[in-house]
Amino acid sequence: MTDTAMSGPASFADAGRVRDPSAAPLTTADGLPLKAALRRSQRRLRLQAVLLVLPLLLFIFVTFAIPIAMMMSRSVQNPEVSEFPPETAAVIDDWDGEGLPGEEVFAAMARDLATGQENNTVGRVTARINREIPGARGFMLGTAREAATLQPPYKEAMLAANKGWGNERYWRLLKRETRSITPAYYLLALDYEYDSNGAIVKRPANYQVYQPLFLRTAWMSLVITGLTILLGYPVAYLLASLPLRTSNLLMILVLLPFWTSLLVRTSAWIVLLQQQGVINDLLVFSGLLGDGSRLRMIYNQTGTIVAMTHVLLPFMILPLYSVMKTISPSYMRAARSLGASNFRAFVTVYLPMTIPGIAAGTLLVFILAVGYYITPALVGGDSGIFISNLIAENMRGTGAQVRLAAALSTLLLVGVLLFYWLFNKIVGVDRLKFG
Amino acid sequence: MIASPNGHQNGNVGAGDASYVRFENVQKSYDGESLVVKDLNLDIPRGEFLTMLGPSGSGKTTCLMMLAGFEPATHGEIFLNGHPINNLPPHKRGIGMVFQNYALFPHMTVAENLAYPLKVRGMSKVEIETRVKRALDMVELPRMAGRRPAQLSGGQQQRVAVARAVVFEPDLVLMDEPLGALDKQLREQMQYEVKHIQERLGVTVVYVTHDQTEALTMSDRVAVFNDGRIQQLSSPKDLYEAPTSSFVAKFIGENNVLSGRIASIEGDTCRVDLDGGGTVGAVPIAVQGIGSRTSLSIRPERVVLDPGPDVPNGLDGVILELIYLGDHIRVRMDVAGNDEFIVKIPNGAEMRPLERGARVRLGWRTRDCRALDPVG
Repeated sequence: MTDTAMSGPASFADAGRVRDPSAAPLTTADGLPLKAALRRSQRRLRLQAVLLVLPLLLFIFVTFAIPIAMMMSRSVQNPEVSEFPPETAAVIDDWDGEGLPGEEVFAAMARDLATGQENNTVGRVTARINREIPGARGFMLGTAREAATLQPPYKEAMLAANKGWGNERYWRLLKRETRSITPAYYLLALDYEYDSNGAIVKRPANYQVYQPLFLRTAWMSLVITGLTILLGYPVAYLLASLPLRTSNLLMILVLLPFWTSLLVRTSAWIVLLQQQGVINDLLVFSGLLGDGSRLRMIYNQTGTIVAMTHVLLPFMILPLYSVMKTISPSYMRAARSLGASNFRAFVTVYLPMTIPGIAAGTLLVFILAVGYYITPALVGGDSGIFISNLIAENMRGTGAQVRLAAALSTLLLVGVLLFYWLFNKIVGVDRLKFG
Repeated sequence: MIASPNGHQNGNVGAGDASYVRFENVQKSYDGESLVVKDLNLDIPRGEFLTMLGPSGSGKTTCLMMLAGFEPATHGEIFLNGHPINNLPPHKRGIGMVFQNYALFPHMTVAENLAYPLKVRGMSKVEIETRVKRALDMVELPRMAGRRPAQLSGGQQQRVAVARAVVFEPDLVLMDEPLGALDKQLREQMQYEVKHIQERLGVTVVYVTHDQTEALTMSDRVAVFNDGRIQQLSSPKDLYEAPTSSFVAKFIGENNVLSGRIASIEGDTCRVDLDGGGTVGAVPIAVQGIGSRTSLSIRPERVVLDPGPDVPNGLDGVILELIYLGDHIRVRMDVAGNDEFIVKIPNGAEMRPLERGARVRLGWRTRDCRALDPVG
């Protein structure tokens, strides 16, 4: 950072002396144009700013931006079929998809089968195609074994070897699947699929998993956000109106959950809420509940909502508190002296002034909730899990499942960005106050 | 305007004009250990501009908050127009209030702020509109209706705050150091404006400030608070010229203090032996009797240099400092052991030149020197 030579001589030499205004453009004492000198003297500041954020920028790029880009690209990849028959893939795009493809496609397939047989790469792709066209595995492997002996014209030869090659659906599937990019995983993530003719249709009702789960995730996140507002608002108000010493003590209690492991907190809820747990025991003991009718409060939606509301509450309280702290009590007093009852003064004066805090808390809690994983996994049972739980499950699976997980994650990301955009439209993000 | 809490006419309603607001033996404690307001008794007639003046912590703001209803009185009773209001919530008292930071609602426009008390009272749209317009005209801000408070200057916000406090035509308006946030010039201008509005509307105003100039220029009467008690309640003129305690003499205006002991009392004058030597005459105001200690209070502009034979109280002093202030000259002197003794000499043509270190004779008329309670 030794650039005194850069800004030194030009900077202060002529400061304050006014030159003839008609003599354009202004220059510094040693004849440098003033604008250039200004740019030069500010370049250092700009460089400093860049250097200060550079480490974090790099870190984020390597650990955040690149993985996300990779994940998103994976969601459309289609390596299984496209990698195997390279020659067929090169020519099948020219076929219009009507009737059977021409001789050159069959010829390419024959050559591909021959090389595939040599390199033992046929098996994988036949399995994939067989999933959609039962029996395809049989004729493909069969012809592959004889591929070296096939003579042109290949179309007739192959049709003679097995009439499976005459299946138009097979070729259309191949045409679709040999493209290296496919929307199939996004279709699947939204519970759509290709039917046997290649048209996009809704999956059968009993296979529809992801769309309901997306909706449930959004719905439950909204419920959780609403609960954190209801529970957090009075607490934040209390914190903001108490003397600093007391409010600091209470603030520690609010932050206490942050200092405990998420697992410990969630396990504590299991202890409390389960059917042989503390709350049920107390209810039975006090006679409010028969022993046979213990409440199911965990391993379902209730469990997820209760535990996650608890976990996310501080994210609502903190921005609310920071906004309320700045609201002078004289506003409420003014409203009351002007004739408004306590309730009316609250609704018409205090509440509107806390909207930036409510909005910031809502944004934080909702976005955190939508992507939550551990808590729903532990206490959600079947009905209380979130989309992230299925993403995680698919992540552990085979190649196709991982790509499905990537598609699901990308959709989740898009959903969150959409929410943010909508939120910005309604509330205005520049009005938010996070702390 | 004032909602009667039980609906029937109170017996002492006839006394309403003499004591529109009445504090009766009011005490206030926040912690149960010390009293912030000690046994306050105060009657404010209708239409009066009364200022509660005092240093911070003297209990003046607490009194205002009790009157507004934001703080309950620990003991005693407050009457408004003859009705006890201790159990009346603030929004039913019908008292306008101007706050120190104006407390204009930032999420509403100026017009919405002014309409707020009218809307709360369920007035019709047309009625609200005319009243808001009239209020804005009154404070000379007719074009600001659509602005937000943040877009106004400090003085404009102040005017809106005043307009909002009177727009619903309350009979009583409370002001809690409303001019504290303004710069000096604007503050002086606003003092007159507030006073004029009060006179035009004929409302009763209880005004809290720690600025004595403000208190003197605006008020009909001033209540000087210290240590939870009213030290003196009188017109601005009496407050300055006839303080009844050393605290008031010191708090209002500039004041010279000389300590001494009462030598004799004859009628309405007394002789005081000064600690620094010499004996002077004074008016005994708050003295215990012959032999007791006292502090004499003399205003700087009542001291004469080189007094003639008609001025009985003569002392010698040494000039320590001369400050030229244009219309007058401030002379700091060492007089009878007090080296902060200030004399103000009007800048007249016949003035003789003064020099630092010079020894001069000074004096004052006996009635300008008041013997008050001893300080320290």
